[in-house]
Amino acid sequence: MNRRYFLKLTGLSLAGLTILPPGRLLSRLALAKNGESAVKASKPKWTMVVNLYGCSKEPGCKDCVDACHRVHNVPDFGNPKDEIKWIWTAPFKEVFQDQGHAPAMEALLRASPLVLCNHCENPPCVKVCPTKATWKREDGIVMMDYHRCIGCRYCMAACPYGARSFNWKDPRPFIKNINPDFPTRTKGVVEKCNFCEERLAKGLMPACAEACKDRALTFGDLSAPDSKLKALLNEKYSIRRKPFLGTEPKVYYVL
Amino acid sequence: MYDKGKIIAGIVLFLIIVLSPFWYNGFSGKASYVPDLKLPVEAKQCVEDTRFMKANHMDLLNTWRESAVRKGIRTYKAHDGKVYTIGLTGTCLNCHADKEKFCDRCHDYAGVRSPGCWDCHNVPKVAKQ
Repeated sequence: MNRRYFLKLTGLSLAGLTILPPGRLLSRLALAKNGESAVKASKPKWTMVVNLYGCSKEPGCKDCVDACHRVHNVPDFGNPKDEIKWIWTAPFKEVFQDQGHAPAMEALLRASPLVLCNHCENPPCVKVCPTKATWKREDGIVMMDYHRCIGCRYCMAACPYGARSFNWKDPRPFIKNINPDFPTRTKGVVEKCNFCEERLAKGLMPACAEACKDRALTFGDLSAPDSKLKALLNEKYSIRRKPFLGTEPKVYYVL
Repeated sequence: MYDKGKIIAGIVLFLIIVLSPFWYNGFSGKASYVPDLKLPVEAKQCVEDTRFMKANHMDLLNTWRESAVRKGIRTYKAHDGKVYTIGLTGTCLNCHADKEKFCDRCHDYAGVRSPGCWDCHNVPKVAKQ
């Protein structure tokens, strides 16, 4: 073989590689056409609506927090530095930094809205995870895979809502009563609310929504034709946390 | 070859010394030790048959993990057609409740640490009989 022949061959091979992406795209299109109807039919869009007034009727009420943390074996380390929280209450001005101007409704400003992972449509935590230990499912839930999490905490830095917590110590000694139906986590992984995906798989409502005495938490499928949630959001004005960031959170707050 | 006798004798002696652990195990009966597993009392049939499980339970558990966590598919159809719910504590340990007398017997003997499963997954409490 001489140099000219070698160069011609290399050039042709490289040119041949350009058919790879269109080929892949075509095969994916074919797949998509077949699975499209099935996928469209079955994928819900899980959303949560928090009623700000309903939530603060009984000051200091922590039913939802207790229910969630009990069902999911969330430890209580006893100090705010190490604490792990999947759902919690925070002062109004911290939750809605761009709202809460005075004069405004005093009762509202004094309220502590409920805060949890927003399961954003455009999640920054998913974008930065180096191992894809967190990813967005088709039904909108941002899932955690504790097997794959390496504990780098990049997702914690990326989350604009502070919804994620890191296990600085082994959590097992700090869990009051371990729920045998749900695993605990181990030291060195990040955890957060999972919209009770294991309960949803069994057709149950999330633990927090079920536990709320005042029915302040409404959870449902926004894409369902008879969605109660869509009616609720149509009827009342809703706000979301930090909408200017473009994360498209799926937890709405109504008054 | 020079000194053929001495060299061959030396090689044979060297092999005997180097392989002595194997002679010892063979002659003292330690090599024939088989871990004594306590099988579940009520359940008669596992997800797959024993031969498959002995060779593949690690792969099966990995497949279950991928399926349940990453794909959200929580049911598994066994080779005999029966459908099981995927779960380490919920399904496997439902029957093999005594981890110490089943799982640990082989894993401890072979020195194979099950890869950190039990750091998170719960082990049901078994009444001491």
